[in-house]
Formats: sequence, structure tokens, C-alpha cells
Amino acid sequence: MSKPKEKKSLFQNDGFQALLASLICIVLGMLIGFIVLLFINPSGAGAAIGAVIKNFLNYSRASLQIKNFGNTLVKMAPLLMCSLSVLFCYKVGLFNIGVAGQYVVGACISIYAALAWGLPWWLCLILAIIVGALDGAIVGLLKAYCNVNEVISGIMLNWIGLYTTNMILTTVKESTSPYTLDLRLYAPKSVLPNIGFSKLFSGNEYMSIAIPLAIIIAIAIKIILDKTKFGYELKATGFNKNAAKYAGMAEKQNIIITLAIGGALAACGGAFLYLTDYELWECTSSSVPGMGFNGIAAAFLGGLNPVGTIFASYFIQHITSGGAYVDKSLYSSQISDLISALIIYLCGFVGFMKLAMKKYSAAKAAKSGQIENVNAEPEPAVSKEEDPPTNSEAKPEEGGNE
Amino acid sequence: MLLLLQYTLIFSSVLTLVALGGCYSEHSGVINLGLEGIMVIGALGGALVMRFLPTGTPGILVVLLTIAGAVVFGVAYSALLAVACINFKADQTIVGTALNILGTALATVLVKAINMKLSGGDDVSSTIQYVNAKQSFIAYLGSFQFNWFMVIAIIALVIAYVVLYKTKFGLRMMACGEHPQAAASVGINVYKMRWSGVLISGIFGSLGGICYILAGVSEWKFENGVAGFGFLALAVMIFGQWKPTRIALAALLFGLFRALSNVYIGIDFLAALNIPSTVYNMFPYIISLVVLAFTSKNSKAPKAEGIPYDPGQR
Repeated sequence: MSKPKEKKSLFQNDGFQALLASLICIVLGMLIGFIVLLFINPSGAGAAIGAVIKNFLNYSRASLQIKNFGNTLVKMAPLLMCSLSVLFCYKVGLFNIGVAGQYVVGACISIYAALAWGLPWWLCLILAIIVGALDGAIVGLLKAYCNVNEVISGIMLNWIGLYTTNMILTTVKESTSPYTLDLRLYAPKSVLPNIGFSKLFSGNEYMSIAIPLAIIIAIAIKIILDKTKFGYELKATGFNKNAAKYAGMAEKQNIIITLAIGGALAACGGAFLYLTDYELWECTSSSVPGMGFNGIAAAFLGGLNPVGTIFASYFIQHITSGGAYVDKSLYSSQISDLISALIIYLCGFVGFMKLAMKKYSAAKAAKSGQIENVNAEPEPAVSKEEDPPTNSEAKPEEGGNE
Repeated sequence: MLLLLQYTLIFSSVLTLVALGGCYSEHSGVINLGLEGIMVIGALGGALVMRFLPTGTPGILVVLLTIAGAVVFGVAYSALLAVACINFKADQTIVGTALNILGTALATVLVKAINMKLSGGDDVSSTIQYVNAKQSFIAYLGSFQFNWFMVIAIIALVIAYVVLYKTKFGLRMMACGEHPQAAASVGINVYKMRWSGVLISGIFGSLGGICYILAGVSEWKFENGVAGFGFLALAVMIFGQWKPTRIALAALLFGLFRALSNVYIGIDFLAALNIPSTVYNMFPYIISLVVLAFTSKNSKAPKAEGIPYDPGQR
């Protein structure tokens, strides 16, 4: 997302287009959310949307602000992992909606390994990654060998994962409540180390290495996708499965590996949250946690760029946490879920927005081209739109068009 | 056993209705992954009607108004999918997913707001109760609880069969799902056909939604959405190979497994097996994975589904 220097080429820059499209999605999503609030109760709507946007700034004391900023970051790490999972699979033409279930099984195995077996945190993390990869690989196997739509098998596995998790974690729950035992009390070895972060955030004990790790993983994903042969092969498989096969790539294997990596990333996210002890698993959960679905929002809002996703994850988590501060006597905190859902919906229009920006810039360039010498001619700008790997246009191509 | 039959029939009706909805949409060329969200919003529309109808309303009126409420909400909501996927060529998977998440979030926010307003702030739940209104949908044949939606599902099945295979409209719509450019070349308006497909799926999806929340319970917590039922219906549709009669048979099978989780305690030999209830809850999802693994290979999916219509592409 480099900022272009010349004003003229702004609308032709891919990064700028993606950024602008994301900003439009955010603003429109917020606006529609605001209208819903107005519809519910006009008098408090402004304050409520303000509370969502302010999040931790709702506190007046600086130390509390920093502490709650830390809490947002603690939950951003798993969200970032989930959105990386979605992004990674989407780059290979696979829509990994199973991310929500993979996040759940990651949480499940890491909590269970900690409480039942007393394993150290890094072993819990590795176990989560393995189990998540297996979960993803099931989707991959079904897709590659049985042609099962990955969205449907993913959803089915979400529910299977949720029920299994409830069943397994019931064995390590508190006897009087539906929640699992407190890791800090019963398995202190399994809590993620915080290497001094908690001091920086006014003693927020949940700050852990999960946050820097998640960001490092995001950058690693960027490098893998853009700079390695492995990433190139995966992306080629996504563009055209048959062409990849023709070029000698193991396209079935690539699909399975991709979804396994996606599953591992999401499961790692689950471990990142529950091994900090920030939240306890509720063994009577009757719906799949929203973390995975928010990951979808963050992935698309970040323009399907791992670095953009870091910021998008922060934003989504910021408003999700901010939802807790709305006036509960007038509105419910789910207003932030509503806004992130709206943002995903609007992200469907990104392809259209980019096309409109290209047309606009081409028209502008054509106009000013007669007066001064413009470095980019309108023609290539228009023809460019047919080959960019940017998703909403590229994806249908591989659906077997005749 | 009678109870098992009753639950099987009601859940099969839900699945038949929703899967038929998906069938219309996919035959017109649009993958409707948003069925789950449409079910939630349809259920919301119907539940609101039942909540606010005065208690002396005649039964037949309750039924008709509830259905009308559900359908109006569901169709309006499915228009969101249509406008994005047909007119703006958006990715159908993203939009469908967004509609699922949005459906639950929107229903939760609205129901909570209504509950708070009516109770003066005491009731912050996302639950709507409709104990009395529910009775209008039910007739007792001995101890068998008959639900009018069982009839509606059968009517919907007959209609789907006739419309898709015996009318000009249905055949034209299916042409748009197979090869829209060819359809356009003989003067069929592809946009109109796809819009019809999606809106019809809105009608059936919302009918399925209201039927689902009327099956077995008399209140609904909207925070939970419809627990993946929209996706089960899609699995039914794929298992049924996009053909109405086969969809109905597939729905019976899936309905049976879903019903087991409600009534297994009452069946002696199942209760004796001592399997935890969560296993029964997982059953429909596991079965659908297995079934899909065996039936997706030679899929009879409409050829052009999921691909935005581009008139310039021949």
C-alpha cells in the first residue's frame, strides 16, 4: 500500500484503489449502522456510534485507556490469524468459511492439552496447529477428490467442531459453571508468556507474544504468497486448476495443502486467545463464535493483502470491542456485528468500485492528456482491468466457464 | 415412534422448502449461499407478526398474516443478494456469506431493541415468544401434531415441479442457469430471469425459516440464527441433484436425522445406547458431509451458476 507521489496517477494505483474502496466500505457500513440506530432510537444514536468508534477512549483515565487498548490488541491477534486463513485460501480460489470451526477446534485442543495434560504453552500451540490443519485437510480432501463445495463442507465442520468442543471441554470445566477452568490457576505453565508487554500496557496481564507473533505470521504469509515458488504455484492453482495441472503442478495436493495451512492458521488463532486466559470457553455454547466470521470481514476489508489485513483486523476488533460501550438501555452490543456484516456485504462491491475508479481515471487522463503530457495513457489503464488477480472478477473465471 | 415421524415430517418440510428455494435461484444461475440469512429474516418477519397480532385473531388469519410477514421480509432481504450479484456482478460467495452474518446480527439488534422498548429496559433478551399464535398452525390427529407447513411443503414441491419443467417461464429460467448468453440470443432477458430466481428463493427461504422456528418450540432466540439449517438445505439440494422430487426425498432423509436429536430419548433402544446428546446434534452435519462426499462427483449443477452474467461474453 505505498502512497503514490503524483496526484494524477492516484486512481490508477492498485494499492490506492484498494485503500479507497475499503474506506468507502467502512464509511458506508458505519453510515448504515447509524441509520439502523436512528431507526431504533433517534436520541441516542449519535452517542452510540461515537461509543463504538471510541472503544477504549471511552475511559477518561489514560492508564485505563492503555489497558483496554491492550485488550483490543489481545483479541486482534486471533482475529488476524482467522483473516489470514481466509485470505490465504482465497488467494488459491478457495473460500474457507470453515475458519470459524477451525478456530474453535484450535481453542478446544489447546485448552484441553493445558488443563488435562498440563503441557507447556508451546506444545499446546503446536497441537492446535496440527488439529487445525487436519480439520482444514478434511475440507481439502473432500474438495480435491470428491468435488464437495468447500463452503458447505466448511459449515458442516463448523458445527461438528462446536459440538465436539463442547463435549470434550465439559470434562475440564468448573463444576458449578459452564466455563472451563482458569488456566492461570490450574495450568500456569500453559499460559502464553508476555515478555514484558504487560508493563507497557499498564499491567494488562493478557498481553502476550501472540500479538507480535500474529503480525510476524502476516508478513511471512505475504512473503510466501508473493516471493516463493510455493506461493506462486498455489496462486496458479487458484487461477486455473486445469492450467496448473497441465503445467505439471499437483493441483489436488495444492488444494489440500492450502486448506490445511488455512486450518492451521485459524486454529493457531484460537490458541492465541484462549492460552492468554483472556476468555474461558463456555461449554454450553450454542452458536459458533463470531471470530471466524469477523475474520472474513477483515480479510476482504484489508483488500486481500496480508499487510492491509493487519490494519483491517485491528479496525474490525476495534469496533467489535467498541460495541460493548453503547448505552445498553437503548441498544445492544451486536450493533458492531451488524456493522462488520455490512462491511463484508459492501466488500462484494469492491470489484465494481475499482472498475468505476479505473473508468474515472481513464476519462480524466484522456481529458488532460491533450493539455499536458501524462505518464500513463488511458488505453493500458482500461485493458489492465482484465488481468488483475483481484479476486471478485478473477474468481468466477475458474468456475468452468464455457 | 409417532413423535419421530412428526419431527421428521416437520424438519423435512423446512428442508424441502429452503432447498427448493435454493433450486430456483441456482437454476437461474445465482448461487444463493445467503439462504441461512434469508431464513432468519423470514422467521423474524413471521415472529413479529405473531408477537403483535391481538390475541382474539381468528386462526386462519394468523396463519396467513404470519406467512405474509415472513415472505415480505424474506423477499426484501433476498433483493440485497440479487442487486449485488446480478446488477453489480459481485462475488456470490462473499455476498451470500455477508447476508448470513448480517441476518443474525440484524435480527438480534432489532429484536433486542423491540424487547427493551416494550419492557421498559428490563428485557434485554433476543427472544420472541409466540405460544398462542403457534396453535393456529397446528392440528391434532390423535396424538400426532400436524403442522400446516407439511401441506405447504408438498404444495411447494408440486409447484416447483410444474413451474420448472412444464412452464415457459421455468424452462427459460433454467436456460439462464445453463448458458445465459445462448438464452439471451433468443430474446430472454437474463437479468429479469435471475432476479425472479433469487426473489422466488427469498419466498421459499423465508417460508422455511418461519416453519423452522415453529417446529417443536414456541419461542425463538434470534441470537442463534437457524443453526446452519440453510446450509443443510443446500446439502439437501446438492444431494437431490437440483431436481425437486429428489430434493424432497433427500429432505426426508436429512429430516429423519435432525429429528433423532429431538426425540432419541423417547426411543428405547436409542436411549439404551447411552450416546451423549451432542452426538445426535452432530448427526445431520456428519451425514451431510458423508452424503456430499459420495454425490458431488457427478454433480448435475447448472453450468453457469456462480458466474456473473456478462452479455459481451459469447
